[in-house]
Amino acid sequence: MTDHAGGPERMSPTPKISLRGLSKRFGPKVVLDNLDLDVMPGESVVVIGGSGTGKSVMLKSILGLLKPESGSIKIDGQEVLGLRGSDRDEVLRKFGMLFQGGALFDSLPVWENVAFGLLASGDISRKDAKVVALENLRSVGLGPEVGELSPAELSGGMQKRVGLARAIATRPEIIFFDEPTTGLDPIMGDVINDLIVECVKTVGATALSITHDMASARKIADRIAMIFGGKIIWIGTVDEIDNSGNPYVDQFIHGRAEGPIQMDLLKP
Amino acid sequence: MNFVAMVGRLFLGFLGTLGQIGTFTGTALSHCMTPPLYCGIIGRQMLNIGYFSLPVVGMTALFTGMVLALQIYIGSSRFDAEVAVATIVVIGITRELGPVLAGLMVAGRVSASMAAELGTMRVTEQIDALTTLSTNPFKYLVAPRLIAATVVLPLLVAVADTIGVFGGYIIGTEKLGFNSATYIKNTLDFMEPIDVISGLVKAAAFGFIIALMGCYHGYNSQGGAQGVGRATTNAVVSASVLILIANFIITELFFTR
Repeated sequence: MTDHAGGPERMSPTPKISLRGLSKRFGPKVVLDNLDLDVMPGESVVVIGGSGTGKSVMLKSILGLLKPESGSIKIDGQEVLGLRGSDRDEVLRKFGMLFQGGALFDSLPVWENVAFGLLASGDISRKDAKVVALENLRSVGLGPEVGELSPAELSGGMQKRVGLARAIATRPEIIFFDEPTTGLDPIMGDVINDLIVECVKTVGATALSITHDMASARKIADRIAMIFGGKIIWIGTVDEIDNSGNPYVDQFIHGRAEGPIQMDLLKP
Repeated sequence: MNFVAMVGRLFLGFLGTLGQIGTFTGTALSHCMTPPLYCGIIGRQMLNIGYFSLPVVGMTALFTGMVLALQIYIGSSRFDAEVAVATIVVIGITRELGPVLAGLMVAGRVSASMAAELGTMRVTEQIDALTTLSTNPFKYLVAPRLIAATVVLPLLVAVADTIGVFGGYIIGTEKLGFNSATYIKNTLDFMEPIDVISGLVKAAAFGFIIALMGCYHGYNSQGGAQGVGRATTNAVVSASVLILIANFIITELFFTR
């Protein structure tokens, strides 16, 4: 087992992502409570935890989609909390993200979805962007004919693969995966996990994923962190998680109803 | 005490909403005035708002012009002023009925469509995805709709004015027995540029309101399908009410000073 706070004892090199004392509340509900987490360059960290424990809020806070009440978010050692305009755009260019539901743009064909980030940068013609998009689609196992389809014509697994192709198209330094296997059958889930591992390795990116799918976490993680009560309560390698000695982690990975994590259920 | 507290809460909520709309409008306007502008999206929105609204706006204008001619004839015949039919039809259509009815019809069609589209994009995280792809949602989604609606509504109202006046002409000449040349002469002689200009200015303001309300409610929708439905309803209702309020204010500015 590693430390409680999320690996700050690994002093060098500078963490790719460093969260310190991150707090976020919605009205009276505290979602993130002084959360600390470090993700090192080239590392793949998976944050596990139950529904409503703040996993998505953490990712959205890093991306600037939500504004935390307090704390620090550093990317490559640079404080990004409060950045605006072109400074924020510059930081966002380091990121790619695979959304839980794909979040593909309905109004655009698949290839334009994949090439969206490239076209938005303005550094590439539509013709070249399409070539790159089709190449990225091929890397996630989809043929060029899929590029002309509308996202609504794709199955859930195909939408996830297109989302993955879009996430890696700009060759980002950091990729976020939000529940990458949710809603997929186990085989397709494993296909997506393999693709994530392969794509992250190919791009050479740092990956931060959130999931409650333990099979997925074991496959794509270098380290796994568990979030509970708005804090990271345990972090360690995949090999360490089965002997974490943490009752919260044990209950979660074995999916037991009994344990220190209590669900708010009305008893009949 | 509870009643006072409730009124206070409602009032504070109202002020809060006004502040949010003000901030949203300011942000949207700043993106309308700074490059880059997505001209392709503006063109598609102009087509959607203007061209595809032509049938419903045209039909509304045609029948309104016809009814107006009939009603004015019946009313003016009570004091032997039937000759005023053509003049009152053209003034009524260009100053008021053309822009207001076109605005309300487009509000029903376009505000709802914008709120539903942006609301769905919000709840399916497509707006968040835009941000992660270094694209400002205001620049990509809101600004093109505001620009397109503000530009295209005056064009649409110009067409509606023409069709409405033509509706009055059909009734005037085919049913009420006016001479065709006399009807056209009365229409043109007593129409002043300000009649048309004020209507087109109103149309531009209504276009802005329609797009603003559609985008505001869609962009801020939450709560899944029910939230999108609520956003759609709120967009149409608020756009319609604001059109009527703006109509009064613009009329005040143009004609009572």
